[in-house]
Amino acid sequence: MRAPLSWLRDYAPLDADVADLADALSNLGLVVEGVETVGGGLDDVVVARVVDIRPHPNADRMRLVDVDAGEVETLQIACGAWNFSSGDLVALAPVGAVLPGGFEITRAKKRGEWSNGMLCSAPELGLPEQDGDGGGLLILPAGLAAPGAPLVEALDLRPEVVFDLDVSPNRPDALCMAGVARDLAAALGETWSWPASPAVAAVEPAVGTAPIVVEAPDLCPRFTGTILEGIPDGPSPPWLARRLTLAGMRPISAVVDVSNYVMLDLGQPNHAYDLDQLGGGGLLVRRGAAGEVLVTLDGIERSLEDDDCVICDADGTPVGVGGIMGGSRAEISSSTRRVLLEAAWFSPMHIARAGARLGLHSEARVRFERGVDPQIAPAAVERFVALLATVSGVSGAPALRRGPTVDVCGESLPSGRSVRVRTSRVNAILGTGLDDADMVRLLEPIGFAATEEGGLRVLDVRIPSWRLDAEREIDVIEEVARMWGYRRIERTILAGPPGGSGGLTGRQRDLRQVRTILAGAGFDEAWTTTFLAPGDLERAGLDPVAVEVENPLDRSESILRSELLPGLLKAVKYNVDRQAAEVCLFEIGHVFAPPTGQAITPDETERLGLIIASGVNDDSSGQAAAAAAARTWAYLADAMRLQANTISASEIPGWHPTRAGDILSAAGKRLGTVGEIDPDVVAAYGLQQRIGYLSVSLDDLLAQPRRPLVAPDISRYPASDVDLAFLVADSVPAADVRATLRAAGDDLLEAVWLFDTYRGAQIGAGRRSLAFRLRFRALDHTLHETELAQARQSTIDAVIAAHGAELRT
Amino acid sequence: MTDHAPPSSPDRTSIAEAVVSIESDGLARLESAPRLATLREIERDVLGKRSELARLHTRLGQLPSDERREVGALINAARDRLQSRADALAASFESQERRSRIEAERLDLTEFMSGPLAAPLDAIGRGRGHLNLVTETRTRLEDTFVAMGFAVAEGPEAETDWYNFEALNMPPAHPARGMWDTLYLRLDPPGTVLLRTHTSPVQIRLMESQKPPIYAVMPGRCYRRDTPDARHLPVFHQIEGLVVDRGITFGNLAGTIEAFTTSFFGPGMHSRLRPSYFPFTEPSAEFEVTCPICAGAGCRTCSGSGWIELGGCGMVDPNVFAAVGIDSETYSGFAFGFGIDRLAQVLVGLPDMRALLDNDVRFLAQF
Repeated sequence: MRAPLSWLRDYAPLDADVADLADALSNLGLVVEGVETVGGGLDDVVVARVVDIRPHPNADRMRLVDVDAGEVETLQIACGAWNFSSGDLVALAPVGAVLPGGFEITRAKKRGEWSNGMLCSAPELGLPEQDGDGGGLLILPAGLAAPGAPLVEALDLRPEVVFDLDVSPNRPDALCMAGVARDLAAALGETWSWPASPAVAAVEPAVGTAPIVVEAPDLCPRFTGTILEGIPDGPSPPWLARRLTLAGMRPISAVVDVSNYVMLDLGQPNHAYDLDQLGGGGLLVRRGAAGEVLVTLDGIERSLEDDDCVICDADGTPVGVGGIMGGSRAEISSSTRRVLLEAAWFSPMHIARAGARLGLHSEARVRFERGVDPQIAPAAVERFVALLATVSGVSGAPALRRGPTVDVCGESLPSGRSVRVRTSRVNAILGTGLDDADMVRLLEPIGFAATEEGGLRVLDVRIPSWRLDAEREIDVIEEVARMWGYRRIERTILAGPPGGSGGLTGRQRDLRQVRTILAGAGFDEAWTTTFLAPGDLERAGLDPVAVEVENPLDRSESILRSELLPGLLKAVKYNVDRQAAEVCLFEIGHVFAPPTGQAITPDETERLGLIIASGVNDDSSGQAAAAAAARTWAYLADAMRLQANTISASEIPGWHPTRAGDILSAAGKRLGTVGEIDPDVVAAYGLQQRIGYLSVSLDDLLAQPRRPLVAPDISRYPASDVDLAFLVADSVPAADVRATLRAAGDDLLEAVWLFDTYRGAQIGAGRRSLAFRLRFRALDHTLHETELAQARQSTIDAVIAAHGAELRT
Repeated sequence: MTDHAPPSSPDRTSIAEAVVSIESDGLARLESAPRLATLREIERDVLGKRSELARLHTRLGQLPSDERREVGALINAARDRLQSRADALAASFESQERRSRIEAERLDLTEFMSGPLAAPLDAIGRGRGHLNLVTETRTRLEDTFVAMGFAVAEGPEAETDWYNFEALNMPPAHPARGMWDTLYLRLDPPGTVLLRTHTSPVQIRLMESQKPPIYAVMPGRCYRRDTPDARHLPVFHQIEGLVVDRGITFGNLAGTIEAFTTSFFGPGMHSRLRPSYFPFTEPSAEFEVTCPICAGAGCRTCSGSGWIELGGCGMVDPNVFAAVGIDSETYSGFAFGFGIDRLAQVLVGLPDMRALLDNDVRFLAQF
């Protein structure tokens, strides 16, 4: 909300420095998002009188104007405005003047003619636009001041400070000047009081009352109606128009401006109906009927429901959605002579619901749905009448006359509440050492009247009518904290949790380890969005069944990922398009499948996805990517000390049919998949290179048993290496051969690894040569040749027997 | 009856006969193709711009208009049949060829597990990798709180309305719900399952499952239906903290925020609180910390104030305790929360948060 300082000063002196006021507001929770100085920078602008106007010899849309700016000679100005004539007083920014916004006026030739300054419009000076000047010059009242007089003096334009406040939803009382000033005055220790109001027009029973019938008192617990006659049709007074402008509203006409002014001043939204346009000359408040429609002031047709509060004329024709927006019927116009003024109180919950359903945003809705002061309506009516009376009755127009106010009040109107507050509780929550008197002193200035209950350290606190948000002890405690000052509450260090309940869980430590291992292995950690576009899963060869977002921002973000692959493929594509040669990424994130069984939330699990896109083609077989993925798995499994596990070749949709397999734990549990992504999938994502991928369920991975940490015996004796090459069928996994060797080598076999594979014509199709290096070593002696030969032979025999292999010699 | 069709023109008859023979001949030729490349050549011959079929089309002009339409349709039907046969044959060749290519590419992945254990990406010439900026920031935050005695708790990203709103003192139609633009999931019953807008549901889950004392932080991914801009992403990461114990005060909250600030940002860095509003805490506060860029001197990042707004906090509202069955007369507590990505953005001077979503390797490699 925009709060002009001069307006706030209606209620309290508030003469501290602007910076201190802004600090005080922020520390009250009325956070200052900006402090604007409006109307400053006009020191150079003077009043000038138009002496002569003549055509510009070289331009049709411009004229040459001579003005008297109080100097000996007149000044020639080239001017594009047309709304003035000789003799008018206007505002002149002379050469050298700097206007608000930093625009500097220089002497310049315009289409070949000198212009010695600029004649200004109201907006150029930061002033409210005048009705009917059509974007032309600001025309000053005749006789305002002598030419050459500073404009700021002539118009009494002091620079205005405006605070832009972010008012939180629990503080509807601070959506008006009176409320903001109340808090601020309390914080500064100043007295807040009602401003002197212009004399209130006496109630004239002869003006009459309008029939007001409230059929829905639960939706509208209070409704007041007042008839006003002698409505002026001109603009509002300049001071009022200026305040509205400063507060961010556009002045329109006296009645509309006064209505807005009262809302901004006191927080009471109100509505003025053209009484002569109201059927039956009165108002009826009722529930909406199904199928009923209403055209609101913004010109949009709205369909109503039973829960909506509808304001109708006395004949039952809707004229507005109560508390949200008026209708186009019975709208105020320049021909309006009699007004029925509404100031009411609507049920916040109903306003919130109806407002959300109708998608209607208005200043009234914001205030009513948060809670307007239910007691302020009569005062708002008086303020309205008093302000409008100052505009009426000038230059022979009829004076404003007002009838008695009809006030229909229902039982559900919130009224005087109080709450018991324990001083001990206040201190227990805040960590303060306040006593009863402190509390009374802190609460009283913001309208919370606290009385001690017979020295029991319990206060009976009366909640002010404008604080509908406060109803519990804790709400009052917050007010005490606010008025005491959050920053004055002593900061204390926690005694801390007993017995070291903090720290990371084993799973959390393991997860960090996985990340560190993979980054160390050369992978960059990505985080891709959780959302996929329709078709992304199909393109990746995955099951298209996925959880959908009901209200996505964009269709391309309407599906929850069930796998990390599509997001990582897109990330690879992004990088490849930017000439990245190698893209090796991993991501750990949540994936979602539709709910299973009785669950209503998706089946949500955490996965590891790891992608390898190499720009280097190692050979025509393009196996580097798949090989790197398998090696990464082996590397990760080793670093995590997983027990024996293997890759079992398998045809899996979305994967290269002969280059992928399930990762199986020692116990045969499927932990994930590794290998190469199907080249057709890769192509569908706009990529050409081979893509290696590893997909692992984190829950399953982290649940795997680890190899125990046991210090091995390290032999002091020399080792003997033996190289053995076997011819085996393609269908025999190398890991199986290695496992056979390991088992057969027994205690003497310290290590065994594959160091070469060979396929070729010499061997024949369907087979390959696997060359292993076996390192034999005994713990307690140097191996004898016979011992070594025996061990070698038994490993050879085992592989031949188990795999139908042939020793290559 | 003397009413019979006008006699066909000789051209019509000859073209119609030609269509029949071209089609059967073309079909035979397509079927004879031994492989895809040959098929493509034959297809060009039979159906291309210079095929007999195409030449027949040019002869249509000689026919009267009624016959022209009829014979044109004949030609088109023959063309369609030939084309669909050619497509079917091509698809079958392609799938055969894919099959044999795939077969030729068969790899024994266990070979790569059986060798000496080397860095897995050596073969393609990769150096070290990098953890994500968000992970690094989250880890540092977790470590800071763990050193202060906190545990780390996690929870699901897809949540029910109860955990995300109702248990947090926001019954249905509560106006404060408008503070978070929410993404709902298309699941039954409608409007009950959503993507969490904050990590606060984890607080509720924790309080449901664990008796006080509770000292925990909850990091994780959150979602809001916000158009992305330089400072906001609809998918982002947050960390919250929760303390529930006997005798916890607002003074403890302010002291904890201050201890965290000094520990995370370094000596000389401070925090301050000011009143704010959240439905799940009361009193509620925003907290600001000394601008880490200028150390409080005033700079562009902090708009010259020397402070940056980091997050929200407050004393747990009694209604939240009631929702999880904790007696608010016996226990009190505080909660706080802030954005991990937003903090990371300030710390590394990232001009536009959207860069996080690109996963550009040049960006990732900086951290």
